Amino acid sequence: MALADMRSPIESGCPDGFQYMHPTMRRNFGLWKYHEQPRGGVMCHVAHSGDKVWTVKAGTQRILDLFTLRKLTEIGDKYGEGHIHFTLRSNIEYFVTEESKVQPLIDALEGAGFIVGGTANSVAMISHTQGWLHCDIPGTDASGVVKSMMDELIDDFKNCNMPNRVHITTSCCQINCGGQGDIAINVQHTKPPKINHDLVGNVCERPTVVARCPVAAIRPAMVNGKPSLEIDEKKCICCGACFPPCPPMQINHPEHSKLAIWVGGNHSNARSKPTFQRLVAAGVPNNPPRWPEATAIVKQILQAYKDGAKDWERINDWIERIGWPRFFEVTGLPFTKYHIDNWRGSRNSLNASTHIRF
Amino acid sequence: MAKKIYETPMLDELENGPWPSFISGFKRLRDDHPDERINTVVSGLLGQLEHSYETRKGYWKGGTVSVFGYGGGIIPRFSEVAEAFPESKEFHTIRVQPPAGNHYTTDMLNQLADSWEKYGSGLVTFHGQTGNIMFIGTDTENTQHFFDDINEYGWDLGGAGPCVRTAMSCIGGARCEQSCANEHGIHRHLVNEFVDDVHRPALPYKFKFKVSGCPNDCQNAIERSDFAVIGTWRDEMKIDQDEVKAFVEKKGRDYVLDNVTSRCPTNCMKLNDDNTLTVDNHECVRCMHCLNVMNKALSPGDDKGVSILIGGKRTLKIGDLMGTVVVPFKKLDTAEDYEELVEMAGDIIDFFAENALEHERTGEMIERIGLVNFLEGVGIDVDPNMISSPRQCSYVRMDGWDEEAEKWFARKAEQAAG
Repeated sequence: MALADMRSPIESGCPDGFQYMHPTMRRNFGLWKYHEQPRGGVMCHVAHSGDKVWTVKAGTQRILDLFTLRKLTEIGDKYGEGHIHFTLRSNIEYFVTEESKVQPLIDALEGAGFIVGGTANSVAMISHTQGWLHCDIPGTDASGVVKSMMDELIDDFKNCNMPNRVHITTSCCQINCGGQGDIAINVQHTKPPKINHDLVGNVCERPTVVARCPVAAIRPAMVNGKPSLEIDEKKCICCGACFPPCPPMQINHPEHSKLAIWVGGNHSNARSKPTFQRLVAAGVPNNPPRWPEATAIVKQILQAYKDGAKDWERINDWIERIGWPRFFEVTGLPFTKYHIDNWRGSRNSLNASTHIRF
Repeated sequence: MAKKIYETPMLDELENGPWPSFISGFKRLRDDHPDERINTVVSGLLGQLEHSYETRKGYWKGGTVSVFGYGGGIIPRFSEVAEAFPESKEFHTIRVQPPAGNHYTTDMLNQLADSWEKYGSGLVTFHGQTGNIMFIGTDTENTQHFFDDINEYGWDLGGAGPCVRTAMSCIGGARCEQSCANEHGIHRHLVNEFVDDVHRPALPYKFKFKVSGCPNDCQNAIERSDFAVIGTWRDEMKIDQDEVKAFVEKKGRDYVLDNVTSRCPTNCMKLNDDNTLTVDNHECVRCMHCLNVMNKALSPGDDKGVSILIGGKRTLKIGDLMGTVVVPFKKLDTAEDYEELVEMAGDIIDFFAENALEHERTGEMIERIGLVNFLEGVGIDVDPNMISSPRQCSYVRMDGWDEEAEKWFARKAEQAAG
């Protein structure tokens, strides 16, 4: 196409959401009074005006094919009121203004294979990343891990049986695009990258790669007469940060790229300040197509939380109350030297007191 | 020519079980979609994905693809195993900014589906982790065609690379009684001021805005964004004592003592003998817990505004950082208030652009130079709400103490004068 034929973009940015918003929600914007949760997957919000909106939330496969997307819109037209909202965790939400429409909408969604749930104190949809399907640096797949886990956690998604909500996330490398979670399942590499010295000089901007390393373990070197990079393997923490700017620093490995499990990340300011997730298990095999070992540990943690936590305690609140020694006891997970942090600021995570539970 | 069908024994395992299967969706496109372009590209994709499952490795590499006039917004993907799976050798994702609050009509979703059916693979996600609609899988030429098509009816690309990224905001005022801010307005005012910085990546690294209407922070803004705007209030929370009584009646006093008053992080509440509630609002930190539990009885106050926290991000490179308070409270009622907000965001982005090292996030820059240097750089006065506790270490030169104390008293006098 000749340059003259190219069309200049309209830099409209983020569209106005009000044009797509349900009219009852638009009319009552900022004027809501309270909500109730009649059952899993359903909320009823009541405005000061007396208007009511019922939300029906459903989990999907997230990577939607167009047949599925059209099925979802068809349900929205036939059983909903034509307005849709997607949540942060990629659930679909329909809005209706008459209670009598709720059950037929649920029936239509369930009849088409979608899973109604994910509200209140449920295990919410696992938030996940792209993985082997589309990422350029993934250590695992995301959609497959999530599909396998949600198959097992489906009852906890549909029903509100947990002490408080549980947000699970997965990430395919240590950049952790999946984000913090009450439980996070993230790739953890265990061996330094293998360098293809034939390619580094042509493919990588070497100073950028050197600068990217969090522990200064990479330095420029001539290898076999070619400009390349070398790694001090004693210093290397196997984080994979060098791999995105320099693909010949191959960090992913079918055996040595493992999964690690972290708990207690909580975004909310409710009760305690927001918290970051903490390491609890590692060395978990990256085992497609169904990753049973990772799911088993997640279920172990969920069971201990369900048995031990008080109402409204998120996983971090529960552990704060019972203490970490008890956490390892009730989950049966091993406590190792790797659980003791040595990164900057790590002294703050040590127990500088005689506050010890016996 | 009949399309090649690859064997996918491992992926087939993901068609079992009750949760909706993305693999079944892919196969529907491969087997039932009439358009050869779509059914062959998805066939190749299934082949490559199975290969990844078998070998436990990814086979996509990046590249440089954008649309005319922009420098970003596309995640280019070229297959490293294109000889084996040529159908999906180019498989770029187009990042499109969602409307504030992620609202859609079924008609608009169908229109987007029609456009994607013309130019793409037929795979789409609402939304990716940054918040974009991800139209997954098209070639370089159709990237332009698809963008031209949807750009005509109101959709624009999001950010990718070292730039201002697509923003996110919660459903907020559209449905939630806890909303303390116009999340919609804040989201669009902020990100749409910086469309140039979204589309033409030229910053040291990414810069993200996220907006949550209350301290429950459903958008994970404090953990995940460089510029977190959180709705809050500064007068007294509202208490409907009749509803408090009704709640105590229904749940029992023990439940309220165990789950409401004793969970308050500052012990600022008391359940009285007559089943009413007394709150010492001066001690309340707006954590939201009691409002979450008793949402019919307790509500945010009337004097609403936002807190702004700067510098949140995940591990790479120096470790996880939460956003920290830079503006404890700001009213957002008038057009001038919004102008000030946008201006402050501009100052922060300019300072970031000039002072951050390559691939350094805002929070890391602040960690390196210290919060005070950052505040002085962007022209914001210090405030004790910015810290958990004052300095612990005596190793600091403080010969400017008298002047700094003067400034504090001068500011206090100014505030008192209104």
